[in-house]
Amino acid sequence: MQKLDYLKESPSQTAGPYVHIGLTPNKLGIPGIYPTDLGESPIREGAKGEQITIVGTVQDGAGMILRDALIESWQADAEGIYPGNDPRGAADPNVTGWARIIADFDSGEWTLSTIKPGRVPFPDGRMMAPHIALWVVARGVNLGLQTRIYFEDEDNESCPVLQRIEHRPRVNTLIAKKTADGTYRFDIVLQGENETVFFDI
Amino acid sequence: MKNDIDRGPLFFRDRDWHPAAYTPGYKTSMTRAPFRPLVALGSTLSEETGPAFGHTMIGALDNNLILNFTGQPAIGERIIMHGRVLDENGRGIPNVLVEIWQANAGGRYRHKKDNYAAPLDPNFGGCGRTISGPDGSYEFLTVRPGAYPWPNHVNNWRPMHIHISVFGSGFGQRLITQMYFEGDPLIAKCPIVKTIGQEKAIQALVAPLDMNRAIPMDCLAYKFDIVLRGRRQSFFENRKEGL
Ligand SMILES: [Fe+2]
Repeated sequence: MQKLDYLKESPSQTAGPYVHIGLTPNKLGIPGIYPTDLGESPIREGAKGEQITIVGTVQDGAGMILRDALIESWQADAEGIYPGNDPRGAADPNVTGWARIIADFDSGEWTLSTIKPGRVPFPDGRMMAPHIALWVVARGVNLGLQTRIYFEDEDNESCPVLQRIEHRPRVNTLIAKKTADGTYRFDIVLQGENETVFFDI
Repeated sequence: MKNDIDRGPLFFRDRDWHPAAYTPGYKTSMTRAPFRPLVALGSTLSEETGPAFGHTMIGALDNNLILNFTGQPAIGERIIMHGRVLDENGRGIPNVLVEIWQANAGGRYRHKKDNYAAPLDPNFGGCGRTISGPDGSYEFLTVRPGAYPWPNHVNNWRPMHIHISVFGSGFGQRLITQMYFEGDPLIAKCPIVKTIGQEKAIQALVAPLDMNRAIPMDCLAYKFDIVLRGRRQSFFENRKEGL
């Protein structure tokens, strides 16, 4: 028999307690190596769409709020086009789409200010509800966790990804709750009763 | 910049190759591991697309950890860390961001939560970054980090290691891992290393000494290739026109 000569993905290792040295040194208090930390905002002045702010925490199975979590977000522009390598064309030039967000070192709260993304097609052509993809790492997390923020004031019923969640009440863990005009709350629970849905996607 | 390397559905992750989420030997994972099964499905545009970083954002000393903090050289064994960012199809991935962070030569991090007895080096910050070249290659100049103790079981020590964060062309390829050094006896004893179940997978994170890249009378070199999820390419892909 011939040999399949694929490589194997590098196995993941935890980001550990010192991830901020590498990824947000300025916010940690190590200035001077890089002019700014990367991913300060997923949008620039003039980005089209509804301005929104999402606030949340990351909580562990003992109910403790993590102070050392780091999250990255990736989203489409208001028309549902991704910046960069979207095969359907160019996105709003004022949307970079990517942000690096850290839990506050004291309170553990994180904030993402952005524009609400548009709907993006699933591979079969059906539309996914507006969402922001998240990747969560921290000490104690061996492989980055993939989840998504959806919005309670959008039509989420027909989203083909949300439909894949068999235990229907858990869909609720992916829906950001509106707390004021343009403001949402999204708490991530790593383990336990209200455990957030994580994807293998 | 658009080419077939950044298109197409992602290969599924081999979850038996990666560490499990719940690994009691590494205590912190016990309260941070999801208990429910992951919701599994094929990649969508949200995972197949991803952020792009330009070569222009990288400063001249960003990949030189010996000089990038104060301009004066850090203390330690000088090493080149180099390799390629590849996908599982074996193709180099160009133009992707590679970021690293590490302890200094004594095993101490520049972090207020690190109170290990080894001193800070006033000329060592501990982070670096670069963008992969056209063939996926990357290179850093740094000092070999020291081993250090950490609170887990009573006497756990981390082997010498460099933390690595890497982007592919799709957000679903995002990966953080660690590079270890050939011959380090602490590798086999480390609970974080042992979160990985298969010995072959552990060996994939051990960088061999590379005398071909060592510079005589200057520095040693270690070679470390980073492999990200591959992409499926087929004319038979079940997709609507234009997607
Ligand atoms: Fe470390």
